[in-house]
Amino acid sequence: MFELEFMRLAFVAGAVVGVLAPAVGFFLVQRQLSLVGDGIGHVAFAGVALGILLDVSPVLTALAAAAVGGVAIEWLRSRRATAGDQALALVFYTGIAAGVVFVALAGSLDVGLFQYLFGSILTVTRADVALVVSLGVVGLAVVALLYRALCAVTIDEEGARVSGIPVAALNVTLVVLTALTVALAMRIVGILLIAALMVLPVTAAARVAWSLASALGLSIGVGLGSVVAGLTAAYYLDLPPGGTIVLVAAACVLVTAAVGGLRAAA
Amino acid sequence: MRVAPVVELRSVSFAYPRGGDVLRDVDLVVLPGEFVAIAGPNGGGKTTLVRIVLGLLAPTSGSAWLFGEPAASVSQRRRLGYLPQRAQLRVEAPVTVREVVAAGRLPATRLLGRLRPEDRAKIDEAIERVGLAEQADAELRRLSGGQQQRALIAKALAGEPSLLALDEPTTGVDVESQEALAELLAHLNEELGVTILYVSHEFGAVERHVERIVLVRGGIVFDGPPGELPGVWHDPSHTHV
Repeated sequence: MFELEFMRLAFVAGAVVGVLAPAVGFFLVQRQLSLVGDGIGHVAFAGVALGILLDVSPVLTALAAAAVGGVAIEWLRSRRATAGDQALALVFYTGIAAGVVFVALAGSLDVGLFQYLFGSILTVTRADVALVVSLGVVGLAVVALLYRALCAVTIDEEGARVSGIPVAALNVTLVVLTALTVALAMRIVGILLIAALMVLPVTAAARVAWSLASALGLSIGVGLGSVVAGLTAAYYLDLPPGGTIVLVAAACVLVTAAVGGLRAAA
Repeated sequence: MRVAPVVELRSVSFAYPRGGDVLRDVDLVVLPGEFVAIAGPNGGGKTTLVRIVLGLLAPTSGSAWLFGEPAASVSQRRRLGYLPQRAQLRVEAPVTVREVVAAGRLPATRLLGRLRPEDRAKIDEAIERVGLAEQADAELRRLSGGQQQRALIAKALAGEPSLLALDEPTTGVDVESQEALAELLAHLNEELGVTILYVSHEFGAVERHVERIVLVRGGIVFDGPPGELPGVWHDPSHTHV
């Protein structure tokens, strides 16, 4: 399979996203903000549609729209003006509605749009991979640099705020990282399944981890493993790669839940 | 020369929107090195008072000062250690005692990158101080209620605060752990000079160590040494009078 260039490119891009998505999603899941990735994905759909309408790179417009949507969610959440789930709902529906309007205006309800909705990893080009790798490395470096600070806010947001940690700036950084992950991952698993790659590996890891650090490491391992196994299965079984990757991650949740259950019973 | 207060509330009142008054016209000064118990019945305004002190709530009227600066915008926040009421982690993944305490060290160290060796030493010191050295790498949720509370206190200590505010720290804690906590707080206060605000509707073991009780029932109804507390209020949690 590696003799084919499109598979080599797919594995490289997939590996970066397989590591980045759970690394960022880890901090969302720990803080019961799992649906934020989904909400930002919906806004990214509006960004893709706008890119198609304006004939600009949909990845860049999706990144910009997702970042704005993420900051809006965080702003509404932090002001407590709107309950967390209502803030998400507002952004969800506005994103989808704007996307539908932009797509209609562009007259492009076609395959070009579907590859962003459902993923199209086998069509990524060298330029796409270069973008995914460079921005992915930046995202991972930010997570590594801010790891202790993000953990401190995850463990006790109010305590961190009392003792002067820049909680608001860290929260905005986290949603921008989420937007970056969504923009990079939408060609891999599709906008509709991005949040799954941010949440399911973390959920699987939490069942068998023994510390926060081990949970993060295992999340990344499950994310990377799901992409590699999912792509391989998709190639040999002629299945859609995005859906297959997410099904592998979901299977990992079931396996670790069973292992965790057995361990607790022992 | 007048010693600059750590905490100063001037004519502070507080009411929640569409709610009744919680605090009315509170004046309070806490000097460096004091060990103050803030007592009173549930719903009397103790937690609100502490949250105003820490700048987490803005008073409806009056002003709150911390280290000589407005509490809401104080620049020396890293000098604060805080254990909220009913503190518990809502993290999905397992968290070890050491990871919890390391989170409390962050204000005293750099924000980015790895921990320095001296910070690791301070984290170990805080864990040892609360008697959890053997459980340092254990998952917090597998420890007893008392041990979990001690871990959270170690987190508050790890940043080497000069003001430590503990809100109902003995809720759900066994008597033995309450004794250990009282001894620990007395040591921090006497030997390290940490100013302590100890909020509770009951004192138990800590009563013999505090030098001042502030009784809060919508306002301050008593402020003085425990020995001068009028008999009718000797159980500060009572709801009568």
